[in-house]
Amino acid sequence: MDNTKQAIRRAAATKARRNVYIETPRYTSYFDSMTDKQREEFFKKEKKKSARAMRLRTAKHNIAMSAGVIVATAVCILAIVPIFFTFLNSFMSSPEIKDNYGVIFQSLSGYNSEGATYMSKTPSLKLVPQYVTLDQYKNLLFMSPTYLLKFWNSIVLVVPIVVGQMLVACLASYSFARYRKKRREVLFFSYVILMLMPFQVTLVPNYMIADKLGILNTSWAIILPGVFSTFAIFLLTKYMRQIPSAYIEAAKLDGASEWQIFTRIALPTCKSAIFALTILLFIDYWNMVEQPLVLLTNADKQPLSVFLSQINEAEIGIAFAASALYMIPPLLIFLWGEEYLVEGISRSGVK
Amino acid sequence: MDSNSERTSGLDIRKSYPQPLQPGSSKVTEHHESPELALRKKKARRKRSIKEWFLFTGYLTPSFVGVLVFFFLPLLMLLKTSFQKSASNTEFVGFRNYTRTLTNQSFKTASIDTLKFAVWAVPLAVLLALLLAILLNSGIPGKSMFRSILLNPMMVPVASVVLIWQVFFSYNGVINGWFFDWFGADKIDWLKSDKAQVVILIMFLWKNLGYNMVLFLAALNNIPTEILESAAMDGANAFKRFFSIKRYYLGSTVFFVAIMSLINSFKIFREVYLLTGDYPYGDLYMLQHFMNNAFNHLDYSKLSAGAIVMCIVMIIIVGGMFFAESKLDRDVED
Repeated sequence: MDNTKQAIRRAAATKARRNVYIETPRYTSYFDSMTDKQREEFFKKEKKKSARAMRLRTAKHNIAMSAGVIVATAVCILAIVPIFFTFLNSFMSSPEIKDNYGVIFQSLSGYNSEGATYMSKTPSLKLVPQYVTLDQYKNLLFMSPTYLLKFWNSIVLVVPIVVGQMLVACLASYSFARYRKKRREVLFFSYVILMLMPFQVTLVPNYMIADKLGILNTSWAIILPGVFSTFAIFLLTKYMRQIPSAYIEAAKLDGASEWQIFTRIALPTCKSAIFALTILLFIDYWNMVEQPLVLLTNADKQPLSVFLSQINEAEIGIAFAASALYMIPPLLIFLWGEEYLVEGISRSGVK
Repeated sequence: MDSNSERTSGLDIRKSYPQPLQPGSSKVTEHHESPELALRKKKARRKRSIKEWFLFTGYLTPSFVGVLVFFFLPLLMLLKTSFQKSASNTEFVGFRNYTRTLTNQSFKTASIDTLKFAVWAVPLAVLLALLLAILLNSGIPGKSMFRSILLNPMMVPVASVVLIWQVFFSYNGVINGWFFDWFGADKIDWLKSDKAQVVILIMFLWKNLGYNMVLFLAALNNIPTEILESAAMDGANAFKRFFSIKRYYLGSTVFFVAIMSLINSFKIFREVYLLTGDYPYGDLYMLQHFMNNAFNHLDYSKLSAGAIVMCIVMIIIVGGMFFAESKLDRDVED
């Protein structure tokens, strides 16, 4: 009885409360005052309007996107044309090359023979050879054995440098990343400065040290400074500092030794960086010119990069094939490791 | 009480850490350590830090020894030579080499040219790469394809680059040919004209934009999307979003890209050297040319003084950049 009374009272109270809200004046709008027909028309108009706005927006978006694609494509074409140009021209026969580009190199090498130098001729840029031959490659590989020798020289120089520098850099950057005391930071800063130094700065002392160690004019004179170059350390340290300290703490709690932390956590986490760096270093040292010019006076030991820069002017007939062949190892490495390279580069610049 | 002390003793499982508390010890020792205990702790800590030092120095040793022999020692020798009469004559001459070098006309030209190139090349490389990255990040199709194509020039070796640039930019080269055909313009020898630095700048950008762009792409992807989305909801347009949000997240990347570009702007010497030889025309006479020539002329004291001056300038520039970066970082954290 009591319960029902209470329920009734509560219901009444609720109703009373609700009435308060109901009694507020009803909101009437322009929309309410319309008849059904007007309302329909109104909806139609609005729909049309929004559809037009939508269309405009998509059109704008499409125009912006296509403009973006066009710009990007243009930039990409600029980027890739020289490479295509070299490869396509490497399939021309030597006489055709001389026909097309001989003028260019007359103007270059003709410092002494005045007059002939500034003949007004226009070279014809040809992307597609008249007929495709492998003449250049044949000449290059079978007629001039020096080329293969220099190729081998390049590999003998570059591979030890890259492998050695990576080994040294992994250890050192782990140390820099884990042990961050003030003096170490100063040392790290000096490493960065060293990385920035052009080769010419330490040219003379390097020469003297190589002389003292008795490695002048051997490939060691180039390999050893290369191995201890600090470029890889700078980049790898950046990665290693990104390893969350929680990982390392967890490994410590599980009883891992420092060496285990290094090999099982630090190195695998930085895998992409290590790959990317290997590629970057390979390119860098595959290209070196100044070091061998100074430290390897024996022409037989000089790598391909030096040799090729001399071949360009003298033997234009096979220059393109030589360039193309020289370009192949880096490009292959690039194609093989592009994913790693992009990922590795990407993570180096982000905190 | 009991469970509390158990928890504290359960925390330190590192072996070298002394066991400070036994279950059931009094409350006083828990909060105020006895001096004996504090001493033991301190000792253990020092022991651990020494151990740590040895460990990480061990990791560093191979690199440090090599760097010492092949980089620091040469720099010290350089410093010594710069105060000597010549490399063989060890007579101390004070700052004479420095004054001789700093008043040397070719050193002046070389430093101005190098500086000019860096001042143009580094900001352009940063800015254009950023624009490209924004373009590729704006949702256009084929992003990864564009990215790998733009990364390609990085892989082209020096000798090939030199060959290509000769074909395009020499007096009878392709560019001149086009200009002549289309506009009837006079031919100029690009590498021996006032625009020589522009040609090299184009080469530099061509080689390095891809790499810088990948760095910026990564930084752009790293910006938390919630912030950008909420800004877009609040009606911020693309420019506003860039200048008031993305800018702050790109700070450290800009610094990194600038450092890499600076390194690469020094490396472009190879190409310049192969294209133009020991004594290039006008604007292309870089500091490296100066040093190379001093080396060839066996003028070691001039070379070493120049090198030391360059070192000091580099330290100032890079130190300033580091300082700016740390300041920027603090801004972001605020």
